[in-house]
Amino acid sequence: MNPPVATPFFFYLLAATMIIGGVLVITRKNAVHSAMALITTLLAQAGLYLMLYAPFVAGVQIILYAGGIMVLFLFVIMLISIERAEKERQFNKQWLVGVIAAAALGGLFIAVYTTTTRGKVLFPEGRMTYGETQNTQAIAALLFDRGAGQYMFAFEIASLLLLVAIIGAVVMAKKRI
Amino acid sequence: MHAFLQYIQSYLDSDKTPGGAGNIFWATVYILLVFAGLSVAVIAMNWLERKILAHMQVRLGPMRVGPHGLLQPIADAIKLLLKEDIIPAEADAVVFWVAPFIVVLAAFTVFVVVPFGPTHAITDMNIGILFMLGVSSLSVLGIVTAGWASNSHYPLIGALRSSAQMVSYEVAMGLAVVSVILMTSLNEASTGTLSMIGIVQAQQAQGEWFIFKFFPLGLVGFFIFAIAMVAETNRAPFDLPEAESELTAGFHTEYSGFRWSLFFLAEYSAMIAVSSIAVTLWLGGWLRPFPNALTGPTWDLVFSLFPGITFLLLAVMCFYNTARMPKHPLFRVQTIGLAGFGVVLGLIGLILLIPAVRVRITDIFWFAAKVAAFMYLYIWYRGTFPRYRFDQLMKVGWKVLLPTGLVLLILTAIVGMRTELWAELQGAWRP
Repeated sequence: MNPPVATPFFFYLLAATMIIGGVLVITRKNAVHSAMALITTLLAQAGLYLMLYAPFVAGVQIILYAGGIMVLFLFVIMLISIERAEKERQFNKQWLVGVIAAAALGGLFIAVYTTTTRGKVLFPEGRMTYGETQNTQAIAALLFDRGAGQYMFAFEIASLLLLVAIIGAVVMAKKRI
Repeated sequence: MHAFLQYIQSYLDSDKTPGGAGNIFWATVYILLVFAGLSVAVIAMNWLERKILAHMQVRLGPMRVGPHGLLQPIADAIKLLLKEDIIPAEADAVVFWVAPFIVVLAAFTVFVVVPFGPTHAITDMNIGILFMLGVSSLSVLGIVTAGWASNSHYPLIGALRSSAQMVSYEVAMGLAVVSVILMTSLNEASTGTLSMIGIVQAQQAQGEWFIFKFFPLGLVGFFIFAIAMVAETNRAPFDLPEAESELTAGFHTEYSGFRWSLFFLAEYSAMIAVSSIAVTLWLGGWLRPFPNALTGPTWDLVFSLFPGITFLLLAVMCFYNTARMPKHPLFRVQTIGLAGFGVVLGLIGLILLIPAVRVRITDIFWFAAKVAAFMYLYIWYRGTFPRYRFDQLMKVGWKVLLPTGLVLLILTAIVGMRTELWAELQGAWRP
């Protein structure tokens, strides 16, 4: 049997990478540096998914976010004049609202983590060892299986939403089609 | 010490990949072997590309450094390492420094899941092909940041072109790959797989390579992938990001010395990586030709002799050319060198004929041979096709390959499910 990957060391390493990356995203003045910090954060997040024994989600995270969306981000950033952007005012001094919102979100997280409903904790202790080798197949069964598939409708609605966004973007960008 | 030896021994009895068996020692050995093999392959490709391209254009190619220019890649490597590593004054130094490493890391990491044989892979992942596509799509980040960080016009245009090109062709590539994954699910359990080893085993179980599956659907998927993979690796005729007639050298114009050679290394290992995806998905991976038609111990023996005989033939070619070398005393060192190279090749061939080695090497040989055919195709394309214009490139990607891929995907699903669909239709018509 393989030794487990989900050791505390790796969790703290990935979490620290994510937090440092996240802080760099909002503090760098250069937009390309911010984008690269965001890529680091997203890759560390993919590592966290791997630790949760969800390799499929990790792979999709790398393909979509790090490989697809961030390339388009960089593509757009390159078209902006960096010299002018660096001279402009970067922060809009709303730290009071920001602190309140962050505190509320943190409080929500703590509340969710500590509440018990009907004697059940939301985050049970112990390591999840659910089918690492059949992860993709398990996800497919949850989505599309005739008997056990329960998330098909939600999945299709989400893809419809994306389609609407794509068509909307094309219509807005191109008046004459 | 004894425990360590036992740990090493314990893997040899298992029939898993080192990653699957969780054996760190053998995983490290495999990683080093793959890295060394790749580096040798890149060096060989460097020489072969120059020679083959030269012969296609009725030239001789490198002839001076070593017999028939055999030492040219080594001379090039030394030159590149000794060159000054320049960082332009206006460049973004940190990003400029990091970019080549992103490209190299992405190009080499994908080889973690490449199956050279049923047990000859570093590891086998449940998400194998997804991992390969995902990590190889990260290399575009390196190219884009390299072009931007150079802070110069030509690299920036090259980077913009490359990002648009790679994102567009990834879509068509993904559709072709998904049609293969649908084909893997045609078994009793009707569950497919994304694992690279699993895909080859599915071809073995179904008794045909996926290029011939549902003729011509498999063939069409293969062609879509074969076109998209050339565009993904920025090679001719899709080498717009580094079009030398328009952009000097494209995104790596400002790079020199060691950093430039990293881009070179990454480009060639990415070519080998996408070729191995194509081989694994459509051409049966490590399976030898005709595993069903030509069965039996005799054919097994014949096909297992192939690796040794190939090397012996190369050795014979070396000796033939040694005999044809000019008899002038100035050529004496070169003649001896070529004869020595022939002896080395012949010895390798003889070692590969030993039964114990033969059995273990044969799947690696067939995989490498198929990948080598693709590498030759790459050179052949470069010698044959003129470069596309950018709008033509986008037109091919979005208006030809993408619709074909979508139709292919739907058709593959329909043909694969035809019995079930027929049963459903009959059930629906019955009153």
